[in-house]
Amino acid sequence: MTSISPEPASRADPILSLHKVSKNFGAVSALTDIDLEIHAGEVVALVGDNGAGKSTLVKALAGVHQPTSGSIFFQGRPVTMNGPSDALDLGIATVFQDLALCENLDVVANIFLGQERNPWHLDEVAMEVRAWTLLNELAARIPSVRDVVASLSGGQRQTVAIARSLLLDPKIIMLDEPTAALGVAQTAEVLNLVERVREKGLGVIMISHNMEDVRAVADRIVVLRLGRNNGVFSPDASNEELVGAITGASDNAVSRRTGRIAEHMASGKNST
Amino acid sequence: MTREPNTEAAAAPATLLDRGDSRVAHANSVGGAISAFFDRVRAGDLGSLPVIVGLVIIWTVFAGLNPVFLSPNNLVNLLFDCSTVGVIALGIVCVLMLGEIDLSVGSMSGVGSALIGVLWVNQGVPLILAITGALTLGAVIGSVYALLRTRLGMPSFVSTLAGLLALLGLQLYLLGSTGSINLPYGSGFVDFGQLLIMPAWVSYTLPLLPGLAILSKGLRTRAQRRSVNLSAGSIGALVFKVVVATVVLEAIVAYLNQGRGVPWMFGLFVLLVVVMNYALTRTKWGRSMTAVGGNAEAARRAGINVRRIYLSAFVLCSIFATLGGVLSSARLASASQQAGTGDVNLNAIAAAVIGGTSLFGGRGSAWSALLGIIVIQSIANGLTLLNLSSSLRYMITGGVLAIAVIVDSLARQSRVSHGRA
Ligand SMILES: Nc1ncnc2c1ncn2[C@@H]1O[C@H](COP(=O)(O)OP(=O)(O)OP(=O)(O)O)[C@@H](O)[C@H]1O
Ligand SMILES: [Mg+2]
Repeated sequence: MTSISPEPASRADPILSLHKVSKNFGAVSALTDIDLEIHAGEVVALVGDNGAGKSTLVKALAGVHQPTSGSIFFQGRPVTMNGPSDALDLGIATVFQDLALCENLDVVANIFLGQERNPWHLDEVAMEVRAWTLLNELAARIPSVRDVVASLSGGQRQTVAIARSLLLDPKIIMLDEPTAALGVAQTAEVLNLVERVREKGLGVIMISHNMEDVRAVADRIVVLRLGRNNGVFSPDASNEELVGAITGASDNAVSRRTGRIAEHMASGKNST
Repeated sequence: MTREPNTEAAAAPATLLDRGDSRVAHANSVGGAISAFFDRVRAGDLGSLPVIVGLVIIWTVFAGLNPVFLSPNNLVNLLFDCSTVGVIALGIVCVLMLGEIDLSVGSMSGVGSALIGVLWVNQGVPLILAITGALTLGAVIGSVYALLRTRLGMPSFVSTLAGLLALLGLQLYLLGSTGSINLPYGSGFVDFGQLLIMPAWVSYTLPLLPGLAILSKGLRTRAQRRSVNLSAGSIGALVFKVVVATVVLEAIVAYLNQGRGVPWMFGLFVLLVVVMNYALTRTKWGRSMTAVGGNAEAARRAGINVRRIYLSAFVLCSIFATLGGVLSSARLASASQQAGTGDVNLNAIAAAVIGGTSLFGGRGSAWSALLGIIVIQSIANGLTLLNLSSSLRYMITGGVLAIAVIVDSLARQSRVSHGRA
């Protein structure tokens, strides 16, 4: 297997680094000895097949799951996160793959959930204004922020979840397939957003199955396979390399398909 | 090809922050607000509509069968009876908001009333301390349920079912062989439960407050929203709401004052409802309650301490149940083995559900305790006036509860299909 490890974008200490992190669910080892570093102002793309452990890794960093073993360092200090609020306090914001929104609350309430202004007398007007500002930055198409989330489309929900992660001025943003349900314009806005966030000096972890999006914004591409590190690539790595690392073989479904199509075209040309 | 200008967009104030989407119909007038209301109802967002319709039907039927039913003094009696179980129902609203249940509120209220008898009458402890002691015990029991739920994952209907029996045993133990302790007639406590009525001027002044509150809050919100470029509701609709609320409340008070007047105990109940309504809708705690009831995992990931929310709900429920028991001992002037048994449990739960709090969690309001208990007590009171036995009363109340739950689940299905959660 050929994998190159390009120099990290910044020579400074990483904001977040993982050392030999493992996570078992009973007999299933979803993550085994994962090492990962994220620097300030860096976008790390996390790619891998379905079930590779990407979401599990993100959840471990968000405090949702506690790692079975291994250590997590935040700004050089070892940290243990006993719950999602610990991660939020550190400045780790997450957009989960399943979004984790409360369908029975309206958009404003969801964006501010857990972070309401004025706990004893909610400041609805200020929250609504802030919600609109965040949503407009994302070019959201949301009819009314006073509608419950249940009435929104999948992409609108995803925008709400992304808006929520921006609320707290985090140090690191983790986006688990943020553009999976988005339209063309909204995807572009999210990619712009990722770049803006990077310019502000934040670290970004982005999970995506869309190699085009990944190449467009990532500084490094980290491949997971069957819960293990399987190489770090620069965004200009060739498609075969990436696919090989993701699927774990040079002879895989993707290469067979490309080969078949090439063969087909060649034979088509011959017959004319 | 020429295009008609988009009239809707031209008519709307184009720069408002929340009116950017031309696909949404906004209700700008009183008429628009009314048709928006009907749309909501059709989508299954019923609010308190079923209970008000039900109340009108029930009152019409009973008034037809026995004119005494609607007499001012009978309604005053009804309000006295509402207050005790109503307070218990208020606690039930808290646990139902989380999709949990407390089946032991009846026994809990029985223990509360027994403690008043034992501590105050038998032991001579000052009344205020006796009440505090009872409420504290309630808080302890509630936290036990919460711990069983959050630490051991015990479904609340099982733990509270066990609690129902255990607390009933505690009540019998406290009351001992005599089985019943009479509270002194003529004491302020018993008078509060049976006689004390607001003076006329108080009873006419208090109903002005909701109108004033709605008006001042409405005007302030309008000004605030204007200043930050958000749409503000029409002033006509606001004034309409204020006038209707004030006129209806004053009319009710005037009618009750034809008889004995408005009981202080009912005043206390309404005060508790208002406070709980504020807490559930305007505080961070209330928002967290709704969130946990809707999607506990999402609430946890948002950093909400879900365990603490469960704790607060179960503790509040048990405290309200105990308080209801204390009030009912004042109402009956006794602490007996019968207190809190029979239909108290079911009535409190039924009241919350009939009032519109969903059994499935995440939806409910403090007002549902008030509306629901009036329905339940109207049925009980009306059937008693008709000299029907309690056997029939139970069957009919059971039927009404079944109807309420059916309405709840049908409305829920409709909400799901109309995307209103
Ligand atoms: N809560 C859980 N309990 C048990 N097993 C789990 C749990 N969460 C994840 N797993 C297992 O861990 C493995 C990795 O899952 P994960 O969700 O991290 O995959 P993923 O890389 O995000 O995949 P996808 O691209 O489909 O989102 C899977 O085999 C899954 O079955
Ligand atoms: Mg995933």
